[in-house]
Order: sequence, then structure tokens, then C-alpha cells
Amino acid sequence: MALAFPFSAIVGQDEMKRAILIAAVDPSVGGVLVLGDRGTGKSTAVRALAALLPKMKATVGCRYACDPAAPAGACAECDALKAGGKKVKSHLVPVPVVDLPLGATEDRVVGALDLERALTAGVKAFEPGLLARAHRGFLYVDEVNLLEDHLVDLLIDVAASGENVVEREGLSVRHPARFVLVGSGNPEEGELRPQLLDRFGLSVEVSTPTVLADRIEVVKRRDAFERDPQGFTGRWHAEDERVRRRILKARDRVAGIDVPDAVLERAARLCMALGTDGLRGELTLMRAARALAALEGDTVVGDTHLRRVAPSALRHRLRRDPLDDTGTGARVERVVAEQIPS
Amino acid sequence: MAVADPIAPAAAPPADDLSAVDPVVLRWADALRAAALLAVDPWGFGGVALKAGHGPVRERWLTVLRALVPPESPWRRIPIHAGDERLLGGLDLTATLAAGRPVAQSGLLAEADGGLLLLAMAERVPGTTASRLCAALDTGECTLARDGLASSRPARFGVVALDEGVGDDPPPAGALLERLAFRIDLAEVPVGVADVFGAPSDEGAGPGADAAAVAAARLRIGAVQADDATVQALCATAAALGVSSARAPLMALRAARAAAALDGRDRVSPDDVSLAARLVLAPRATQWPAPPDATPPEPPPPEEPPESKADEPPPADSEDDAEPEPQQPLDEVVLDAAKAAIPPGLLASLMLAANAAAGSGAGRAGVMRATRLRGRPAGTRPGTPRDGARLALVDTLRAAAPWQPLRRREAEQARAAQAAHEPVPPRTASAARAAAAAASAASATASAAASGATAAAATPTAPPRLALRASDLRVARLRERTETTTIFAIDASGSSALHRLAEAKGAVELLLADCYVRRDRVAVIAFRGRAAEVLLPPTRSLVRAKRSLAGLPGGGGTPLASGIDAVAGLADGVARRGGSPVLVFLTDGRANVARDGSGGRARADQDARDAARRLRVAGHATLLLDTSPQPAASARTLAADMAAAYVPLPRADAASIAAPVRAATGLGARRPPGRAR
Repeated sequence: MALAFPFSAIVGQDEMKRAILIAAVDPSVGGVLVLGDRGTGKSTAVRALAALLPKMKATVGCRYACDPAAPAGACAECDALKAGGKKVKSHLVPVPVVDLPLGATEDRVVGALDLERALTAGVKAFEPGLLARAHRGFLYVDEVNLLEDHLVDLLIDVAASGENVVEREGLSVRHPARFVLVGSGNPEEGELRPQLLDRFGLSVEVSTPTVLADRIEVVKRRDAFERDPQGFTGRWHAEDERVRRRILKARDRVAGIDVPDAVLERAARLCMALGTDGLRGELTLMRAARALAALEGDTVVGDTHLRRVAPSALRHRLRRDPLDDTGTGARVERVVAEQIPS
Repeated sequence: MAVADPIAPAAAPPADDLSAVDPVVLRWADALRAAALLAVDPWGFGGVALKAGHGPVRERWLTVLRALVPPESPWRRIPIHAGDERLLGGLDLTATLAAGRPVAQSGLLAEADGGLLLLAMAERVPGTTASRLCAALDTGECTLARDGLASSRPARFGVVALDEGVGDDPPPAGALLERLAFRIDLAEVPVGVADVFGAPSDEGAGPGADAAAVAAARLRIGAVQADDATVQALCATAAALGVSSARAPLMALRAARAAAALDGRDRVSPDDVSLAARLVLAPRATQWPAPPDATPPEPPPPEEPPESKADEPPPADSEDDAEPEPQQPLDEVVLDAAKAAIPPGLLASLMLAANAAAGSGAGRAGVMRATRLRGRPAGTRPGTPRDGARLALVDTLRAAAPWQPLRRREAEQARAAQAAHEPVPPRTASAARAAAAAASAASATASAAASGATAAAATPTAPPRLALRASDLRVARLRERTETTTIFAIDASGSSALHRLAEAKGAVELLLADCYVRRDRVAVIAFRGRAAEVLLPPTRSLVRAKRSLAGLPGGGGTPLASGIDAVAGLADGVARRGGSPVLVFLTDGRANVARDGSGGRARADQDARDAARRLRVAGHATLLLDTSPQPAASARTLAADMAAAYVPLPRADAASIAAPVRAATGLGARRPPGRAR
């Protein structure tokens, strides 16, 4: 695996970085969609995530890398291990960031019969697919808008249920697959189906920095990285380490953060004013605001948090008006300014 | 230093003064330079988009490139319909069956590692192929996750995208173009020029680069230094030319380094930067740089023809600029170099290309409708060949192959059980029926597979040669284009503008909303004054359609014939690409400008009717909205001539206008000519 560009060395793109950090703190936010022009560092940021995330505890011998503290009944492999009577061991594994290549076949995504064992030993065994590998981690789909329809259906289903059910080739397997869906793409190349759009918790739009100094800095850093990956990553290590600690602390804190009723009410008002469909908007707004508060060391969610996460949490949930020139992001910001006066 | 005259060292071979300023020669020389740079670091540059028809010029360029890269490095060609198993690799069916274990087969991307990959007919390559290439260009790896195999192999190659598009054909996929550093257009380079400069026998083909220089540069490039002024100049130039991607200046920087390395230097010189800007940044320009504030008296650059540019800036002046303070002038010098490389008209065509790219890109995801019966094959899916679906024999066999040992054992156990107890109906029977159905649906080749299975059913005691089950069956997925492109032709002449232009605009806006619902593409053509103008090439962006409409002024003559011709041309283009055009004319049918731009009502009318009859032959679904104050004979006759449904625009608000139009276009069928409502 080649070295990833350091997360903290990415110039600008604050909204994207914030959304990714929020998803890292609270995976229940429901994934991040990054839409924007080419050459704006979309894939760079997501791949940088891999290097950034702290390692997690996993049960030894479970192919789905389950949390040893997970309740019984969630994973057949863990249950079998525990039923064996021996003490279950655990080890630290890096948080998986799994790439879903566009051309992947369904059997590789959901898992399939283990060919090797079927041919050599004549045993029907299940070989986990990409969804299993992404459990407790991130599933990254580049050019998500070009993904084939049947794969999109599948992702939607699994992302919603947190469980992958395989009924094929005479196999009948179910295993946990709770992952954060991270998609990136260029809306010019095709639009996302509304169902999939809704599945993403946060949606950010990225564009090229307009300030010349920023652009120069982008090119300089990228060039320095490409000429000496090791040295460059080393120089940014301390900075990345700080971000990592921030994530860890925020994860510890996020459950204890208070969301006052007044803030909840404001969130609801905001969603009503924007006319978002369903309650997913409010939920995401609340969770994202809480994660942001945790990241910033606050104990109570306030308007400042709400205001900053509202565009990411809501912009992809608005009914689209095909003839409206203004982006949906601008509409959200307008309503936010009305509803939450600073 | 010939800083502001970066083109001078172009034709190192017999460069007399005449050829030095001939833009075609310069273009060829630049193409050769790009080849040399690309050869230094194919993967770093991503590659080159080579726009040229098949012919000796393109072959010559490819020969030059082939001679520059090390002879042992791979040189592969991707055919247009290469499937994933060829691109990424997959299960080698023959070897798998022979070995009795899965045998992987490497794909073209991995095979091309360290070399170059030629992409034939790049403008027609499906989006999925382009995305595979992009992924490999980004990561330098080819990740395989299919057919039960998962692997990752190095795939660091450069792409030579052979774009054979002509006219308004859409350019290759934008995501791919973005990752290729160079864009070369050899369409207008005559064979003679290519023969004189850069014949393989010629010493120092092009910019003094030969295989030895490239090999030396490959070693040297890592050590080449570029200062901050270089980075700044390239970024500023990119910004001035409206190039938004951060990849462009990064690649330009790489090009400057490679140019220095080719020249045997360890530092990037202003010449290198100019060359990089010319080769990498100029072809991506989306706007003409604003004239610098410091020199207001200068005439705005757009009118400046590039051939005069080459010899115009006095060399003395440029030296003054370059030497005292290298920072500021470098930006300008580089910008000048880039500007000089933008031929007149290129910018317009680039904008057009960008528009088309946006449109067709969106189309790729949406317009290809999956069908069962006809269309291009697009992979396979599990299923039985019923209702006309075609059996995909190879994929069926591939699906069944790994199971054979397991099934044989199961069959043996079943036989043992059968022998012990009373006969159980063999499990394979139902599968055999399905396979037989498959065989009848497919061609004779399938019967071999089926016979194995039926043999199994008929004589359950004999071990089957091939145990095929219903779950193995794969049917072909086919896709077919069924998109509709609605072309609006709007008469914005004085007579129309006076009467109903605003209303017509309103009606079109309502129709646009309908198009959005149907996911149609739209195009807008306006005709007024002397000629017709394509305001908007086919696109899915309704916002842009609306904007182009809102900015449409009225007034001038009615060049009806030109308008109809323009619509016919656009419609033919749409039809050629498999779309079905729907034409909507908004006019009063009163022509007063003939096809050649001259006035005269009689001739103009005659021309218009000729054009209309020609359009009728093409047989597109057509609708004519009469925008004259009262339903007029002229518009009705025109509608009859072009076999269009005729709808007089009633005097009412836009919403009620849209209703009849909606009915007519929604059906998409042609109505009997002249049948008014």
C-alpha cells in the first residue's frame, strides 16, 4: 500500500474535512458524500482518512473483526468462538477503509463461495466479500454516481440494515456489516438516485480554491509529497497525530454531550422551513452537531454547531427545483441565516 | 535568452524563417516535444489525448513516441469494447478447468505497467472503461475484485487516448482527459510537415530528443529543482486561463522538470516553464486571460492572431523583462507563451467541448436503458433465458466450472444413497430442463453444454460430463440508447421579437420542466440577423438552457433557411449517436434572409421551403409553434413542408401554450402535416 497524503496537509476544503471528522467520531451520522469538480482533492481526503484513524479492538478469529464487547447474537463467528468456552482474545487492527472498485462483481461485494476450498477440499464455505471487510470501518466508492444500479441497490440495503444477508449458490449466511459509506463523485457525470442520496448523512460540495496563494500551496505540497513521500509524511506526522487524538477524545465524549430541547426545536424548525422529507434530516443534524461539539471540546450543543453542520446535513435532502439556478447549499444557508440568527 | 519567443527553438531541423512561424509546423513540433516529455515519465504525466484521424500523421507521431520510450517497456492497445476481464484480469477459464483450481489471468492494465497504453477510439470508450483507467492513473495500481479473486498489481502506465472524433462528436470522458497532461491536435497537420520534421531517420526528431536523451532524463528528473517562482507562475497562468483543477499546474510543473531534464539541466529555466504552460495549460484554457491592469493601453489580446504573436514581441523587450526581477515577469512570460499556443477559435471549440462533455457525461449514467432484447452487451447477470433473454454461454460455463468437483462428489453421494434406499428424483433434472431451454434459446454451441446435462438426467447412473444447475445460468445484459433530445429552434428576428418572443420563451421554459421530468436532453438554436447560432449544444443542464434563453435578444432579419439547416444538422448528429431528436420550431414562418445571408423575401422563402423539405426527408418528430399574431398561412405552409405538427401559439399565458406542445412532444409521434388544432 502506497503512503497516503497526510490529512492535515490538505489545503482548505474545511467543510469536507469537518464532515469526514464528524463521520469518524460518530459513524451513526451515516456516511459522507463528497461532490465537486475534478482535481479538488476529493479522493485524497478520503484516502488520507485511512492513515488517520486510530486502531480498533477486534476479536481474534472472527473474520468480520467484531468488537469483543459486542452483544451475543450479532455475529455467528463470535458466538461460535464464545460457545467454545475458551476466553476470547482480542487484538488491535487498523480501521478498514475499503475501496469499492467500480467494476466489482456482486459476488466480490457481498461475498461468495470460497472457490479455493470448494475446489480443493470440496467444502461449501463462505468467503466474505468487501462488505464484510468494511465492517466497523469505511466503504469508499469513488465515482459513486457511476456505480451500477444493482450494486447501488445492494449498498442501500446493507447500509440501512447494518447486516449483509447472502442467499446464493446454496449458501445462506448473514453477518454484520456496519460501515460508513463514503462516496465521491462529480455531479456533472451523472446524478445520484435520490434513495442513495438520502442514505448519506452528510453531503459536502468542494471546489477549487479561488485564492492564488492557496492554489500555489496545494501544488507545492502535492509536489513535495510526490517527490519524497516518506519525508513529507514525516513532517506532517505531528499534525496528523494531533487530529487523531482529537478524534479519540471526541469519541469518548460524544455520548455524554447534552442536546438542549431548544436546540432540537430549532433543528426541527430548520427542517420544516426547508421542507426536507422525513425525519432523517433532523436526526442527522442533531448527531452531526453533537459530534462537532465533541470535536471542539464543548459539552453542550449550541447554535454555532447547528449552523455549521446544517448545510452538510441538509443540502442533499431538499426537493430539487430543476430551474432554480442557485445551488441547494445556498438555499440551506439562506434559511439557516433566517432561522438561527447569530 | 529567447524567453518570450519560446517557439523559436521549435523546428531544430531545417528551420528557415518561413517554417518557424507556420502554426502547423509549430503544432507538429510541440506534438513531438510532448512525446519526448511523455516518454520521460509516462505514469507521472498520465498520458496524452491525441486528436487525429487514423492516418500517416498519427502513425508517425506514435512511431516517434515508440522510439523514445525504452524498447523493453510495454506498449499495449485497448480495443474499444474490451471487457473488464481483459482490462483488470479475472479468472482464466481454460486454465481453471485444466488445473482444477482458480487460475487468475492478468489484465491489460497490469500488463502495461511501466509502459504505455493505447486507447483506441477514446471518444467512444464507455464510461466504465474510462473509470478503470482513472483509478489506475490515480493509485498506480490495478485493483481486481471479481470472479472470486481479489488482488492488487502495480499498473503505472501512461495512456495515449486516440481521439478520432470529428466535428461535434463529444470528446473522451472528462475524468480521463483531466488526468492526461497533454492534449495534441494533429487533425490539421499535413503529411508533408510530419514527413519533413520528425521522420525517424531524422537526427534529433523534434526538440533535440532521442531515446538516449530520454533515458538520461529519466535518471535526472528526480534531481531537477524548481523554485517557488516557477510554481507561482504556473499557478497564476492556470488561474488566468480559467483552469480550475489543481492537477493542471501540478502536471505543468512536472512537464517543466522533464523539459529541464531532457535538456540535461538540474534547474528549471523560464523556457521550460513556458513550454510546460504551452503544452499543459493552454489546451485546458476556458477563458481568455484578462489583460493585465498595469498595461491598459495595450489592445485586448483576443484579436491578436497567434501567428503574428510568434514574431511580434521584440526580443530585446523580453530580455529586459526577464532579467532584472525574475518573479513578476515570469508569470507574464509564461502567460504569453500559453496565450500564443491558443489558436483562434480553439477557445470557442473548447467551451463547446466542455459543454458536450458535461452533457454526454450525464448521459452515460442515465440514457443507456437496460433492455433484454437488443442493444450492446453490457455484462451478464444470473437468470434463466426466458422471455427472449439471451444465454451467455461462456459466463454460464465460467460460473459452473469451479463447482464441478463438488457436484461430482455430491452426485456420487446421491448415487450411493440412491443405491441404498429407494430412488430419489435426481436433483439435476430440473436444472437439465432449464439448461435445455437455454440451449434452445441460444445458438447451437449451447447444445454441447445442454447435452451434458440432459445426459445426466437421462442416465442418472453415469457421471455427468458437466453438472450444470439453474443457478449457473447467466444471461446477457444488453443496453440500448433511448434518449430523447429536444431541440428548440427559436426565431428571434425582429418580427417575432415584436410579437411573441417573451411568450415563446415562457412556453419553452415550461417545456424544459417537462424535459427534466423525462430526463431528456435539450438543445437551443436561435436564428436572427444573418445566421443561426447554436446557443446550447445538447445538454441535460436545464439551468443552462434557461440561462441561454433568458439572455437571448430579439431583432434583425429572419434567416429561416439557416435556422432549419442548423436544426437539421444538430438533429442528424443526435440521431447518429443513437438518440431520437424531437424538433420544436417557434417561428412565424416569414423568412426574409436567404441562406447566403442576402435579403429578399422571395428567395428567402424559397430557401426556407427547400430546407424544410430536406428536413422532412430525415423524418424526425417535428413540431412548429406559430408565433405570428394571428395564425398565418406562411407558418402553416412551412409546417406542411417539414411534415411538422402545427400548433398556433394562442394568445394566452405561457402555461396554456405549453399544454398542446406537451401533448405533441410527449407522444413523440409525427402528426399528419398541417393538421391544426
